[in-house]
Amino acid sequence: MSDMLTIGDRELTSRLFIGSGKYSSNAVIPAVMEASGAQVITVAVRRVDPEAGQENILAHVPKSAILMPNTSGARTAQEAVRIARLARAAGCGDWVKIEVINDNRYLLPDNFETVKATEILAAEGFTVLCYMSPDLAAGRRMVEAGAAAVMPLGAPIGTNRGLKTREMVRIMIEELDVPIVVDAGIGRPSEACEAMEMGAAAVLVNTAVASAADPVGMARAFGRAVAAGREAWLAGPGAVSELARASSPLTGFLGE
Amino acid sequence: MSFYDVLKSVDMASVASALAAATEADVLRALASERPTRADFLALLSPAAARQLEPMARRAHELTVRHFGRAINLFTPLYLANHCVNRCVYCGFNTHHDINRRQLTLEEVEAEARCIAATGLRHILLLTGEAPRTSSVEYMADCARVLAKYFASLSVEVYPLDEAGYARLLEAGIDGMTMFQEVYDEAAYLPLHPGGPKRDYRFRLEAPDRACAAGFRQVGVGALLGLHDWRSEAFCTGLHADYLQSAYPSVEVNVSVPRIRPQTGGFQPKVEVGDRDLVQYIAALRIFMPRAGITLSSRERPGLRDNLLRLGVTRMSAGVSTSVGGRATGQSDPGQFEISDDRSVAEMAAMFQSQGYQPVYKDWQ
Repeated sequence: MSDMLTIGDRELTSRLFIGSGKYSSNAVIPAVMEASGAQVITVAVRRVDPEAGQENILAHVPKSAILMPNTSGARTAQEAVRIARLARAAGCGDWVKIEVINDNRYLLPDNFETVKATEILAAEGFTVLCYMSPDLAAGRRMVEAGAAAVMPLGAPIGTNRGLKTREMVRIMIEELDVPIVVDAGIGRPSEACEAMEMGAAAVLVNTAVASAADPVGMARAFGRAVAAGREAWLAGPGAVSELARASSPLTGFLGE
Repeated sequence: MSFYDVLKSVDMASVASALAAATEADVLRALASERPTRADFLALLSPAAARQLEPMARRAHELTVRHFGRAINLFTPLYLANHCVNRCVYCGFNTHHDINRRQLTLEEVEAEARCIAATGLRHILLLTGEAPRTSSVEYMADCARVLAKYFASLSVEVYPLDEAGYARLLEAGIDGMTMFQEVYDEAAYLPLHPGGPKRDYRFRLEAPDRACAAGFRQVGVGALLGLHDWRSEAFCTGLHADYLQSAYPSVEVNVSVPRIRPQTGGFQPKVEVGDRDLVQYIAALRIFMPRAGITLSSRERPGLRDNLLRLGVTRMSAGVSTSVGGRATGQSDPGQFEISDDRSVAEMAAMFQSQGYQPVYKDWQ
């Protein structure tokens, strides 16, 4: 059965997105991508240095991958827009993950500035994915502004604390007609699997893989967990009941 | 309210007694805390915590990898001038010292920039002594225009400015600043700064506030370890960083942990700060402030820097010269202080890689 994820004009078979920060060496990135099966990789434009030769992170992004530059470091919509334009001018394509953060203690995103940046960049033809604090109203505004997907956080970025925002993310999945990609906070493959079982369109993972003792092994585990969670969602999990329910009803003999 | 008011509200006698009274149980509780308080930070800096260095180091390492990954930012200082009107007893630039005073011309700045850029570094820290008539804000802005062709980001470690001065630098492309208070204890500060504008303790202490208000992206603070009791100075430094992070949430806060080094003038520090003390300070700081940057300079020797890499440090200098114009001309005037690690950028990068860390040359533009 074909189960493609469509974002903008691209169709994806893998629902795991990979982040490229925090690795001991950029050289491990191709192996992480291959092991995970991910097709999308996000790269902080602030670290892209075309003059850096082999040290340039873009040199390690597999040619087949979809590059999703992010605006990490931006504190305002204006800065995010400037970074996105720089990325496109540098040949990074039209996908952009808007990341506007005004808070250096918890690194929580600024949804208001993100909406403003989305309006501008979507109008300029970018495929905009919005990293955000999970909030239905803000998500709606992002969709109205032209977001191709919204990316609510599961927990503060880099914490590996798991899907702490479960209820808010679940509501967004139910209510919004764009792909919901759970981004940030996912620390274990089981948590990625849970997000997918809930109906998330995809999951983005960085710290959990980069800070693992064996990043390539952990990337593989995440790839499998995301695929398993998606399969479970498609299969339609059975209802949860407070009481034990016999598989053969006790009143079946009564007939219709 | 500025940090001056915050610090005034802290009873330093109570800090000293709390440091002395902290127990091993207090330290273990602080180590286990998800959100360490000021009291936890004090416990981690206490003599009692010195017996828990290994678990502290492990916690600091774990938090650093979680929040920063196995990547470390590299930068280098560029001394633009060594003119200074201050009489700081511990500094090689003291106005009474008979050293060759000079300030780089814009052509010389460009020559230095070429040398540094050739190493691959894209972040640079500009330094001057305190001589507003020669090393003026306009001079620094002119230098920034030259340097912008070579570097992705520029920071300054210069004398304290008013808010308009910082705004002018920001407009010229400088968006980071470091201001070492040197000594947070006001009573201890004054005899170490017998003359010059640096005697104005409060104007210096509030400089990071003014830079933040002007819109700087990155602000660094630090005490010069060895000038006063290191535990209480470390506590005040942490309070300063924590205050800045709360008051200006969009600003990236860094803490430097410099130990005093030999310099022209031969000042002998009265307080010994050993390697174990430095490890305790860095680990305590990381546990108290998981997301603050921690900078380690070339004041420390290579072997120690290699080992401190895993304990919480996120930024290191490389290819350092503390002489004015030392790189392009090969001159070796006495610098501001003697460095202990003269490894090149390439050598530092190789060390990081051998330890499983990625050297980051560019992290913002």
